[in-house]
Amino acid sequence: MSGNLAVVVDLLLAMLLLALAWAATTTRDMKRAVVLFIVFGLLLALVWARLKAPDLALAEAAIGAGIAGVLLLAALRREPPAETAASDPPRVAVWLLNVLTLVVAVALGWALLHILGGGEQARLGETVRARIGDSGVSNPVTAVLLNFRAYDTLLELAVILTAVLGILALGPAARGYRRSGPVLQLLTRWLVPLLILMSGYLLWVGAHAPGGAFQAGATLAAAAVLLHLAGHDRAGLPGATVMRGLLVAGIGVFVGVGLLVTAGGMAVLQYPPAWAGALILLIETAATLMIAGALALAYLGGRPADWEAGITPREEKD
Amino acid sequence: MTDLLGITLIAIGIVFFTAGSVGLLRLPDMYSRLHALTKADNLGLGLLAAGVAIIDGGLVTAIKLLLIWLLVLTASAASAHLVAQHGLRKGGDA
Amino acid sequence: MTLLDIALHCGLALLLATIALGLLRALRGPSLEDRLMAGLLLGTGGVAFLLLLSLILDASALLDVALLLALLAAVIAAALTRREVAND
Repeated sequence: MSGNLAVVVDLLLAMLLLALAWAATTTRDMKRAVVLFIVFGLLLALVWARLKAPDLALAEAAIGAGIAGVLLLAALRREPPAETAASDPPRVAVWLLNVLTLVVAVALGWALLHILGGGEQARLGETVRARIGDSGVSNPVTAVLLNFRAYDTLLELAVILTAVLGILALGPAARGYRRSGPVLQLLTRWLVPLLILMSGYLLWVGAHAPGGAFQAGATLAAAAVLLHLAGHDRAGLPGATVMRGLLVAGIGVFVGVGLLVTAGGMAVLQYPPAWAGALILLIETAATLMIAGALALAYLGGRPADWEAGITPREEKD
Repeated sequence: MTDLLGITLIAIGIVFFTAGSVGLLRLPDMYSRLHALTKADNLGLGLLAAGVAIIDGGLVTAIKLLLIWLLVLTASAASAHLVAQHGLRKGGDA
Repeated sequence: MTLLDIALHCGLALLLATIALGLLRALRGPSLEDRLMAGLLLGTGGVAFLLLLSLILDASALLDVALLLALLAAVIAAALTRREVAND
């Protein structure tokens, strides 16, 4: 974007972001805060788009605004908090927090100036672009996530799996909704297939255009959320055994592929360039299903109805 | 030439958007605000999408834009209904 | 900059100003529904913003973002309005 008009747009976006963030964090009403947070997330997605980062825009819209928003709403629903805080936090804590925020702000400002001043360090983007032919995909974000820094992504999936363990330990899922009116039913009937299609599209297109496993997984989870809202208590999720399989397969396929390539004499997770594209697609598919399952479980807030308690002894009341 | 037509359509679309926002700010109660918002904004979006399709010129893009508009239309209609119903349930005139 | 560029940038700025105007209602509005409408506004307005941006930045990927935004706006609206107690 060029010229002074671009500055006007950017300034407006920045001011809106700040205003929304301020309003969302300082309001006393929890419902209002959540709605403002969702609106903030949507605006942030627009900002990413303006900054020429469509992958981030997709992720922010799906995860930041969509999933995080409904998660907060589900939490509110479980235990509606009092309208105002029971008591204001102690003065010292507030003062310390202000000082800390100021320090962080100054540090960020210094870092930003340092970057804008034209640092001499090699820009990572150029390094990636130079080697992208070896990666098997043409989208630089996917190349970094799934190939150059695949280990990081593997560990992220492990973190998600750990979170799922925590969620399952929370107990039964929150109560469902009564069957909704005709408008929501019709909307669900149309949107859920479209969301599934969109998820598959994002997964496929991630190799050469903005998209990828995280965005696709979040979109699929949004479909599950919609089903739950319309009255399907299981949120369209498969049974416990299949769910367990999918959740483990996400990381299992990743590790499996990583170890398998060592048979050909490569290091762990070093895909042979001829196979890299196909392997990445395989890993991303498993990851999408796992992420979708994890986010859906997070929204449900516990074990779905037919999930056996596992090793809990039968005498337990719960 | 086509650029001029596209720009005109986009401009009219933005006018409708502005009308919707003004309505959102100035109308007296929740239902009329909802009415202004959904009707004006969707029409504005349609005109804007048409303008973008004309300027861009590709067939695939045009089809994509048409689908986006239809989707937004359906989603807005259903969402407006849900919001209005929610308002009614919470207690009549808001 | 060509006339097209100037016009598109102007349009973008105006659109953003319009969305900001509408969001004012969100920050001030007396009832919850007003804030819900901010969500709707950002959904439709955001799609319009992305459409214009895809022209200016020449990035057709932003159309995908617009598609996703349209889908999600409906889910979010459903979630916000079903937020009542279990016998809803």
